[in-house]
Amino acid sequence: MASASDCISQTGPGLKERNYFGFSDCSSVDRSTVSSAHLESKNNMNMKATELRLGLPGSQSPERDSDFSLLNSVKLDEKPLFPLAPSKDRICTLSQKTVASGNKRGFDDTVDGFSESKTTNFSEGNWMFNATGSDPGQAKLAGNVISIRPSGTQLAIKSEVPAKTLQESTNKIIGTNTANAPAAKAQVVGWPPIRSFRKNSLVTTSKTNDEVDGKPGPGALFVKVSMDGAPYLRKVDLRMYSAYKELSSALEKMFSCFTIGQCGPQGAPTRKMLSESKLRDLLHGSEYVLTYEDKDGDWMLVGDVPWEMFIASCKKLKIMKGSDAIGLGSSSYQVLLHFKAKKSLMYPCFVWDLAVYQCFYKESFRPDYGSDVPECFVLMSDISFICLLAFSCVFLECLLRLRLYLLFILNLDFLVEAQ
Amino acid sequence: MAYSFPEEVLEHVFSFLSLARDRNAVSLVCKSWYEIERWCRHRIFVGNCYAVSPEIVIRRFPELRAVEMKGKPHFADFNLVPEGWGAYAYPWIAAMAEAYPFLEEIKLKRMVVTDESLELISKSYKNFKVLVLTSCEGFTTDGLASIAANCRHLRELDLRESEVEDLSGHWLSHFPDSCTSLVSLNMSCLGSEVSFSSLERLVARSPNLRTLRLNRAVPLEKLANLVRHAPQLVELGTGAYSSEIRSDTFSSLADAFSACKQLKALSGFWDVVPSYLPAVYSVCSGITSLNLSYAAIPSSDLVKLISQCQNLQRLWVLDYIEDSGLEALAASCKDLQELRVFPSDPFGAEPNVSLTEQGLVSVSEGCPKLESVLYFCRQMSNAALIAIARNRPNFIRFRLCIIEPQAADYLTLEPLDAGFGAIVENCKELRRLSMSGLLTDRVFKYIGTHAKKLEMLSIAFAGESDLGLHHVLSGCDSLRKLEIRDCPFGDKAVLANAAKLDTMRSLWMSSCSVSFGACKLLAQKMPRLNVEVIDERGPPDSRPESCVVERVYVYRTVASRQRLDMPDFVWTLDEDSSMRYS
Repeated sequence: MASASDCISQTGPGLKERNYFGFSDCSSVDRSTVSSAHLESKNNMNMKATELRLGLPGSQSPERDSDFSLLNSVKLDEKPLFPLAPSKDRICTLSQKTVASGNKRGFDDTVDGFSESKTTNFSEGNWMFNATGSDPGQAKLAGNVISIRPSGTQLAIKSEVPAKTLQESTNKIIGTNTANAPAAKAQVVGWPPIRSFRKNSLVTTSKTNDEVDGKPGPGALFVKVSMDGAPYLRKVDLRMYSAYKELSSALEKMFSCFTIGQCGPQGAPTRKMLSESKLRDLLHGSEYVLTYEDKDGDWMLVGDVPWEMFIASCKKLKIMKGSDAIGLGSSSYQVLLHFKAKKSLMYPCFVWDLAVYQCFYKESFRPDYGSDVPECFVLMSDISFICLLAFSCVFLECLLRLRLYLLFILNLDFLVEAQ
Repeated sequence: MAYSFPEEVLEHVFSFLSLARDRNAVSLVCKSWYEIERWCRHRIFVGNCYAVSPEIVIRRFPELRAVEMKGKPHFADFNLVPEGWGAYAYPWIAAMAEAYPFLEEIKLKRMVVTDESLELISKSYKNFKVLVLTSCEGFTTDGLASIAANCRHLRELDLRESEVEDLSGHWLSHFPDSCTSLVSLNMSCLGSEVSFSSLERLVARSPNLRTLRLNRAVPLEKLANLVRHAPQLVELGTGAYSSEIRSDTFSSLADAFSACKQLKALSGFWDVVPSYLPAVYSVCSGITSLNLSYAAIPSSDLVKLISQCQNLQRLWVLDYIEDSGLEALAASCKDLQELRVFPSDPFGAEPNVSLTEQGLVSVSEGCPKLESVLYFCRQMSNAALIAIARNRPNFIRFRLCIIEPQAADYLTLEPLDAGFGAIVENCKELRRLSMSGLLTDRVFKYIGTHAKKLEMLSIAFAGESDLGLHHVLSGCDSLRKLEIRDCPFGDKAVLANAAKLDTMRSLWMSSCSVSFGACKLLAQKMPRLNVEVIDERGPPDSRPESCVVERVYVYRTVASRQRLDMPDFVWTLDEDSSMRYS
């Protein structure tokens, strides 16, 4: 999050002069990479890219790469996914998203280094905070993936785009990965048919009777997983996974049917399904965070502690919207997060800058015109888009200055957020 | 009517009929018998809580004293039924609270019971005596506290294997000092520690206490004190059975046990330290039921314990017993009727103990009264199954689970059709069968031909085509419950045998090849069946009719087909022939 705070301090508190195009200084290099990468990946921008992914910080779902390549062949409708006029809401949400992901930094230490091997051709959003050092040249733009990646972390939800056949082929691809083989074997739900009460007892029985067992007995550890807005709970066996990435991919699969949702005949989302409003809903509330309730009853973000410690203390899992997850965090990051939230409320202007900065690099907010549109047109639309954003920023900042003046000059305490 | 018996006499005669089956037959004779019978039925069993509505039950039987009910299908135990599917106890309890103020017993299995329900129970029924919750969920220890506090005449509180949210152990202290009527207390599924002094006082002031099953948190050192207060115990479930090896603990425990002359059943034994097992040797000769399925005891110690229990009739044990232990069991316990062997490491890739099919073969040879088996193992052969079937034609329940799905005969690499075929052919009284391993349609042909008394069948990863299911549905005359998962059975068999489904309690098919169109057709053809399509991918209307559904649950019902508590992922046929969901 160091780079994010740099950006924030760069633009300073609200009273300083603002250079809305200032971000282009630090981004000019990346911008060119973006446009060139954009060209080559234009073919790849498709409905699949509206996928929102549930990912634990620093992790990549193993099947994302394969899904992506498989879907290149699927002919999906392309339409301008995003209107030219950005709404204020989106910006605010973005700012919240930035904040919510602020505490993900620590996870990199606990990731097994799996993400290194997987970021070969599917990393997006790394240009801004370029911490994992992935080569922008080979970065395939993921199209409309909405994710905020400070220091290589990622939060997004994958949609139910892959049809059943695609799923099977991805499973085949996964199956060849030997690291996943034992986990894949144990993944049949409800087999062997043992009641969960007995399964959970087996865990602790085998733990305390090492002399009989010889090797550590796995047993099973079922916890309930709920998702904001989903009508049902599921249960997962934490002992079937050995790392956060496996858990996240399993949860993606489990809850994927609840994101973009209905599938057409081939399993791909049809045009009318992805209505404007639905997409906007997805964009606004699109960041999903995986949280868990520990033994003390506190809700923590998943990913901060080592895996073994996590499964020892996890009682319940919950997939929350990113906006709801503000204020959550592990103990070491609690303060930091809170501070950031406060700061953003007080000084949203530069956070909007940040958002605009991100917008620029996020294909998600770039209208999709298809492959036969000349590049200049795209550039022009970008510029007009940025101008619109800039004007809205100015307007909102004026409002905020007014508020600040009222606050300090007239001592109107009710305008201050309670600490 | 001058020639008929007076009603009072008939009522007196009917009072000797205890089986629901007999009472149902009686009520079909004529209208006046129906009326007399319904006014004097006090006990009712509802096998599927959605097969009938509370209003219908209350209307027909106005004088009930005991209600026993089951909710979710059996496969819910293995996480195949999504959360929130239903089986809520509250509507029943609320309706019965008004209609049956003198209700005494409630026994629920696989239902969702909330704290509100428990509180309502404790406050509405003045004479409430028995509460048994098997594999239920949804309540916390606060609910238990209200039961303990308000039910003055509570006799049984049995929470077998329920999922209780354990907030604290204080609920036990809510039993008033005046409560001396307790006969059975089973709290083995709870996690947190209860106040030991309250527990001790409760046990001490309950002279009628026959069953006491403690939870894991009760330490071994305290067990002796408890047992001493209740030498009349018939069933005892210990807490954690481990402690530092101390001779005084051991001797007090042994003394306490030797005072229990009537002890017949032992269970619990979590975290066993084998050196403490000899403390129970004094009661072993009278023990008929032994549940060591949570105890990791090495085979040698198990053998020593079991060889003392000559009168053992029921044994539940982990697979640490190994083939050698089962041979010893076969040699010493000739009265054995039920054996269950659970896996200690079901998810491990390699076997951790040497338990094979040979153990089951030896038990079937050595125990002539064996009639019920649940066996988890990693390998099986047709030869072994044929031998078992020949040895033991008196099986009533045979449930075999080979841990690897679709595992073939490890000797010949053939499917296990011949083995299971032998089981159903020889065991004419077989009522319940669960199969596993590699199975083709042939085994279903055998089942359809021979298993005429079969009432419950569980199939997983078996079969090749619809013909298999057709054999079962057309051949098994007594079939009541059929549950299938991950088999290639499709529309044809289900639709061809739609009439059969009306004679069964329920049919569960998950991850099979039943299409949505077939479900709709079935629901249209059979108005008395509720065809629930349980699909988490969204409304089945949005997919073509030939798309297979994830799960379908078919059950007969006289209540409305649109149950009010359906979640979003369940669809049933509406009155105007379209699939609707609530």
